[in-house]
Amino acid sequence: MENKTKKTLAVNTAWCKGCGICAAFCPQGVLELKKQKVFVAKPEKCVTCGLCEMRCPDYAVWLEEEKDDD
Amino acid sequence: MTERTRALMQGNEAVVEGAIAAGMRFFAGYPITPSTEIAEGCALRLPQVGGKFIQMEDELASMAAVIGASAAGVKSMTATSGPGFSLKQENIGYAALAEIPCVIVDVQRAGPSTGLPTSPSQGDYMQARWGTHGDHPVIALSPSSVQEAYTETIRAFDLSEKYRMPVILLMDEIVGHMREGIELAGRGEVKPFERQTCADTAEAAKPYKMRNGELAPRMTPFGEGAFYNVTGLIHGEDGFPTNDHGIAAAQCMRLMRKIEENEAEIERYETAAMDDADVCIVTFGGTARSVQAAVETARAEGIRAGMFRPVTVWPFPEKAMRSICERVKKIVVVELNYGQMKLEVERAAAGVCEVLHIGRVDGATFTPQDILNKLREVAK
Amino acid sequence: MASRLIETYMRQEHLPHIWCGGCGHGILMRDVAQAIDNLKLNPKDVVIVSGIGCSSRAAGYMNFDTIHTTHGRAIAFATGIKMAKPRLKVIVVTGDGDATAIGGNHLIHAARRNIDLTVVVFNNSIYGMTGGQFSPTTPTGDMATTAPYGSIDPNFDIPRLAEAAGATYTARGTAYHAAQTIRLIENAILHEGFSLVECISVCPTYYGRKNHKGGAVEMMKWQRDNAVPAAKAKTLRPEELAGKLVYGELSCCERPEYTQEYQKIIEKAGGAER
Repeated sequence: MENKTKKTLAVNTAWCKGCGICAAFCPQGVLELKKQKVFVAKPEKCVTCGLCEMRCPDYAVWLEEEKDDD
Repeated sequence: MTERTRALMQGNEAVVEGAIAAGMRFFAGYPITPSTEIAEGCALRLPQVGGKFIQMEDELASMAAVIGASAAGVKSMTATSGPGFSLKQENIGYAALAEIPCVIVDVQRAGPSTGLPTSPSQGDYMQARWGTHGDHPVIALSPSSVQEAYTETIRAFDLSEKYRMPVILLMDEIVGHMREGIELAGRGEVKPFERQTCADTAEAAKPYKMRNGELAPRMTPFGEGAFYNVTGLIHGEDGFPTNDHGIAAAQCMRLMRKIEENEAEIERYETAAMDDADVCIVTFGGTARSVQAAVETARAEGIRAGMFRPVTVWPFPEKAMRSICERVKKIVVVELNYGQMKLEVERAAAGVCEVLHIGRVDGATFTPQDILNKLREVAK
Repeated sequence: MASRLIETYMRQEHLPHIWCGGCGHGILMRDVAQAIDNLKLNPKDVVIVSGIGCSSRAAGYMNFDTIHTTHGRAIAFATGIKMAKPRLKVIVVTGDGDATAIGGNHLIHAARRNIDLTVVVFNNSIYGMTGGQFSPTTPTGDMATTAPYGSIDPNFDIPRLAEAAGATYTARGTAYHAAQTIRLIENAILHEGFSLVECISVCPTYYGRKNHKGGAVEMMKWQRDNAVPAAKAKTLRPEELAGKLVYGELSCCERPEYTQEYQKIIEKAGGAER
């Protein structure tokens, strides 16, 4: 039996250095910078492509897997 | 255990046999006279015992590869002469700070620079101590016979593993190229000191943590899941860089103290005819051979001469030297340089007796007659 | 708090890392970790070796046996490690100055031997740690603190240099093309022999600022807009490739691997374990 996984964006603003790479290359415009820190402005538009996670030089944004046991 | 065997060999060849007996299984080097026979011997002998030899692209790389192999848990050695010894200093300093055991053989030749290839010299004595930058301890051993080249190589490995540091075997061309009959240990006779490791990976992850009563921190080889960091930056007991002045002080002091507090165990010297001596000749390495002959002749002439020969040349056996200085009238330091060990002798003497010197920087060796002449002059 | 990848392969207590905001090195270090994860390597079998410079701080962050060595010497240290324990996957993380200036001799000779090391060069086209001096990969004419009138030094093409010296796998990735770069690093690790992946980083702080390349985002956009896949590059004329960055696998061939050849020497000499 496979567990279905649901992915949601997670951020660690303590590690964010505000370079803006994540926001600039998010294909859906989900991310923004707010006071020089990454901010998930439009979570509903996220298609969990993971590009932000791959390009964040500071590991401050990623897709968190939430296990769903149903 | 097999029987001891006798063999006729060069000092350089004896180093190879001593190293193999001590458990050396990796050698990286670069050709340079008068040390090349050590590389050649390792290329031939190491694969016979399952070890490995590599001829690197330069001296810097040789020293680096030796440290890498040692970090992976294999006893390692390199060999060179003055010009190469200069190049190796960078990574000798790394091994000193990162506490990676290894043995560096320097078969000295006349310098400075390319100098007089490949005439004998003892001009790297101070370089062995102060060659790399920063404050760190040094152990350097200087054999004066082929037999001693064999046994001191074994001791170099043991000290290196025990104190977790690079150890320099300070040879000279005389001993390196001299052939003598020597006795080789039987298989299983040499019981080399084996590096202290940690079975527990959580403990092993702190590669610079001292444990009560131990001489150096335990070091688990790479590839066993300890996942620790090694760096040439000042680091704490976890091996990670820090700029903390307190940690930096603690680390540097610990490095110095591990040798300072154990000098008695590390030091080794030979005295000859010193019981009633008025004049003491201080010498080391191959030069001691001419000194011994001169002392015997001088004694026959009624000159009360003796010899003090440090085998552990770094740390310098200061206390033993000092007590001799208090007993004799004069000291003559005989060495193939412009006066390097002389500085250490003067420091130990601290003015209690006169310290004279004969040195050579012309690439020639001392004859017993050269030394005898000096003894006659001093005895007048 | 971090992703599973970072929690598994990085020493979180040492994060955030020392690199400047927008530095491509963080992306590239993650690429190395992702490649190791994708290959399901046992971390016990991985050793990360680095030299000196911005790139070389990577070793301290990665949770393996790691060794941060002296400037330029990483590949020589790695050679000793690999010779001592050939089962280990020895990955060298180095920079353009570390690998091709002070360490150039070690790079070409390790390539010549075809010893099974994976060298990942984080190329930011500048000496960052010392404040922006030109490196062997700074393009001719570009500015640096030691080239205040523009550099007259021609620059190296690192994969071509390695290939000419004997490397049996060479590739180029970029910070922007993370997914492709991860795959290239995976291929390099799997390759039995000397492999090199040049990863074009971005240095907004020194190289970018000195040369008016904009910030990290603009520099990443330049990579996006000017990088040409290796397969496509083969169809283009040299003038069409001028000013472009060719990425992907650049060369791959088979040659006897050094530690395996040495094993044969041990067998010949009679020293193999009985």
